[in-house]
Amino acid sequence: MAAEEKIGINDLNLWYGKFQALKNVNLSIPEKEIMAFIGPSGCGKSTLLKTLNRMNDLVDGCKITGEVLLDGEDIYYNMDTSLLRKRVGMVFQKPNPFPMSIFDNIAFGPRTHGIRNRADLATIVEDSLRRAAIWDEVKDRLRSSALGLSGGQQQRLCIARALSVDPDVLLMDEPTSALDPISTSRIEDLTQELKKRYTIVIVTHNMQQATRISDRTAFFLMGEIVECGRTETLFSTPQDKRTEDYITGRFG
Amino acid sequence: MRNRFEQELESLKNSLLEMGGLIERAIELAVLALRNQDAAAARRAVAFDQEINEKERAIEHLCLKLLLQQQPVAADLRLISASLKMITDMERIGDQAADISEITLRLTGRPYIKKMVHIPQMAAASSKMVRQSIDAFVSGDLALAGEIVRMDDEVDRLFCVVRDDLVRLIREDAQNGEQAMDLLMVAKYFERIGDHAVNLAEWVIFSITGHHPKD
Repeated sequence: MAAEEKIGINDLNLWYGKFQALKNVNLSIPEKEIMAFIGPSGCGKSTLLKTLNRMNDLVDGCKITGEVLLDGEDIYYNMDTSLLRKRVGMVFQKPNPFPMSIFDNIAFGPRTHGIRNRADLATIVEDSLRRAAIWDEVKDRLRSSALGLSGGQQQRLCIARALSVDPDVLLMDEPTSALDPISTSRIEDLTQELKKRYTIVIVTHNMQQATRISDRTAFFLMGEIVECGRTETLFSTPQDKRTEDYITGRFG
Repeated sequence: MRNRFEQELESLKNSLLEMGGLIERAIELAVLALRNQDAAAARRAVAFDQEINEKERAIEHLCLKLLLQQQPVAADLRLISASLKMITDMERIGDQAADISEITLRLTGRPYIKKMVHIPQMAAASSKMVRQSIDAFVSGDLALAGEIVRMDDEVDRLFCVVRDDLVRLIREDAQNGEQAMDLLMVAKYFERIGDHAVNLAEWVIFSITGHHPKD
């Protein structure tokens, strides 16, 4: 049975001033799957990721045409961005905990959305930290600063923070590129747990990571999607010569 | 781009060609020994097996090293994984060439009950299949690989001819029985070599297209 479409991208074009960063992008992202974006630097994969929760709105001279549908609703038409970002969370390349306690990091989002009751907040914090597979490591030090955690722990904390507002979609922009191999594999394992509840879109420069964790992969080149398909197929029998050249390291 | 990797893939292909050359030579020697009842040649053919096994180990080592260091994908991954599968069949062919020569050693000193015609034909055909499958692998020639599957039909046909002849000879004179059994085994080994060559061709097709014909 084909999965339901969570995100639909139709004829999307994006310009930063005169530079066109995305060209006529069409893509369907199924629910509760992991979609990996790969491609050389500057190919538009991170730009597309950022359009999925309207992070590009803040960029000067950014112009977008086409549509991005979340559950069939156009996110660029009549949608409140803070509600959008509650539904579509994001985790960045470098862990970026707030300079506050572990508890407050996770409670920050729910508080912003009006949850004040201590017991409710405590439940959300525990639940989010558990889902991000870091609860056991921090449960006895929730009041200490999040900045005292290791890089790998900080990144899982950031994932927990993204989960605290109960999103549907999780965007991850090279979430393990700053982590050691052990922390990387913990995050990779975590993605397999998370996809049972969330739809995940991940940008990665690590091909092996894409093959290990994603269900589908889209290959970008100069603002266009060259090829998108089942990850196993794309990495074993790519259809386009440019995909083959890129993934086998013969690009250019 | 990845010059060293490219060179190592070339060296992998060359090693397979070399292993293929050893196998051809082993089959040639085995047939020569059989046809001329030449014990010295038979012993040399048996000794070849060792060299083939060593070559298999060296290629296996190279493949594992490339998997570890290069984490190949797409055509590179198929080339290396097909190589790993192919050397197993090639090593078996080497064993069978040696087995044939072991039998040949038993057969020396007594005249053959049957003219040596069909078995050498089987040897020539199966040896050609091995060579052609490795050539197809190295040159990425799908059509050449496809022909090998058909060539096996001829080897199978020749095996049936030999078997029927031997059955007839046993029926005519029970004294023929012992040598007939040995010759039947020799023919069977060549028939198996043809089957292994078909396996090789199937991995060549996988390496080129990404689809194994038996899938």
